[in-house]
Amino acid sequence: MNEPILQVRQLVKRFGSLTATNHLDLTVVPGEVHAVIGPNGAGKTTLLGQIAGELKPDSGTIHFNGVNITHRPDHHRVHMGLARSFQITNLFTEFTVLENVMLAVQAQDGHSFRFWRPAQHDPSLREPALAILEEVDLRPRADAMAASLSHGEQRQLEIAIALTGQPKLLMLDEPMAGMGPVETQRMIEILQELRHRLTILLIEHDMDAVFSLADRISVVVYGDTIATGTPEDIRANEEVRQAYLGDTFSGPTTGSETPNSPAHGSEKPESGNPGSGNP
Amino acid sequence: MMIGLAVLPPIAVALEEEFFIDLFSRVIIHAIAAVSLNLILGYGGMVSFGHAAYLGVGGYMVGIGTFHAFEDGVEWMGSGWVQFPAAILASALVALLIGAVSLRTRGVYFIMITLAFAQMLFFSGVGLEIYGADDGLNLYSTSDFSGWVDLSNESTLYYVSYAMLLLALYTSHRIIGSRFGWVIRGARSNERRMRAVGFPTYSYRLAAFMIAGGMCGLAGALMANHTEYVSPSMMHWTKSGDLIIMIVLGGMGTLFGPVVGAVAFLFLEEFLSSITEHWQIIFGPMLILVVLFARGGIDSLLTLRRRPDE
Repeated sequence: MNEPILQVRQLVKRFGSLTATNHLDLTVVPGEVHAVIGPNGAGKTTLLGQIAGELKPDSGTIHFNGVNITHRPDHHRVHMGLARSFQITNLFTEFTVLENVMLAVQAQDGHSFRFWRPAQHDPSLREPALAILEEVDLRPRADAMAASLSHGEQRQLEIAIALTGQPKLLMLDEPMAGMGPVETQRMIEILQELRHRLTILLIEHDMDAVFSLADRISVVVYGDTIATGTPEDIRANEEVRQAYLGDTFSGPTTGSETPNSPAHGSEKPESGNPGSGNP
Repeated sequence: MMIGLAVLPPIAVALEEEFFIDLFSRVIIHAIAAVSLNLILGYGGMVSFGHAAYLGVGGYMVGIGTFHAFEDGVEWMGSGWVQFPAAILASALVALLIGAVSLRTRGVYFIMITLAFAQMLFFSGVGLEIYGADDGLNLYSTSDFSGWVDLSNESTLYYVSYAMLLLALYTSHRIIGSRFGWVIRGARSNERRMRAVGFPTYSYRLAAFMIAGGMCGLAGALMANHTEYVSPSMMHWTKSGDLIIMIVLGGMGTLFGPVVGAVAFLFLEEFLSSITEHWQIIFGPMLILVVLFARGGIDSLLTLRRRPDE
């Protein structure tokens, strides 16, 4: 097996008396799509926040490409090739689509203590930004205000921003949240394209998407990984079924879209929550 | 409006209403301060409630310089070539110190901390016995620019201030459109995302804070020359409040908003206080109306009228 691109060891994060991450281990190898699934409040977004550097873990370590990044500030991690998208759409709403991506390009292009030259028409910002928009199918909407995009388009823009600077590992927090079937399919296609170039850590509740995209799946419950394996392993795992997937989930051909699926049905209200998904 | 301001002094002289030159010098100097505050408040979303501190620091640099030039015969300290750069640098430095601490907080805490720092400076000014304590300091003369510019001449001071306002506006315009300006605006729009794409937002905000401080220091130096007097009241928190009101009134985050706001504010103050001593009773409701019905300030109303098709 390859050297892991991301290695999380014995990670602990407490919020008061609540242990959101409980001695969690996670290994992601280069080139894979690694999905993290688990019930609401299992600590998935908290985990992602710690890997991205937005939250400080109480103990444990995070290695990225063999480097210990546990105590590096978030913007350093971005420059090392660790990018993320957000569960709740998190854009620069007063800027256009193109400007959103240009800002992200600018973040990668040296320091920004440049006070005088206009940035608006700077080709070294525009060209790469337009190329990325092409990649996520948003080029025609380049001059629209970010706030005016449809939900699905905003999620695409979210990915576009995360993609600038050629990250090595892209962490996606529920990219399909709140999407209809058509938009979901489009997003799956975009991710299928991307998987050839980079490693993806995917948090997602749409089980169809997870099982069609993931090479490996980790199941997180109460802040700890209870199982990691191929989609087949996870389907067959008795502990996972009991803890999370429930009885409705059976057989390799069944998705989780059945109406009484606890995994999907319980997730919907969360996408309207303005705060982060976890406490 | 900027053109109107450019031709004001000869008209005022012709009409024998020199009083207007005085009033408008005041307006223009306040406009510079408001433009500088707008840079961090309007574009950067940093609601600094202590911006008048830099007016004071800039003013005192002139006041103290002139004081020593006359009392102790230290001639170079009376020179405008020294006083003005000193006013800008000292204010930027104070902004660096205040910003370094305040910018670690957000929201109400930021407002309170900037206010606290400004009040600290205010009371430091009150404690400066040698420089007149709370009575302030009368300037024996205006800044001496080796005879090139005579700031004691009202029209000259007016035009110097006017040129400085143009410079401040142009600088603002360039900064806002630059990469640096984008970072500042992006951080107001969504700081969390800015950090997630890899910007150390703190350093950029601090730099913006210093630029705004320096620019306001320049306004302070002009103000000292205009009133030929400096006192701690320049730094009082109500002065910081006035600057915020000018921006809200004129239009936050627009280039000319603060200028419009400064004109409107000082005019209303002048006009309403001639009607009643309690002019704020009328002014307050007017401010509320602007906030309620013209969120973009007076500037947005003017723009609307200019482009009715939008």
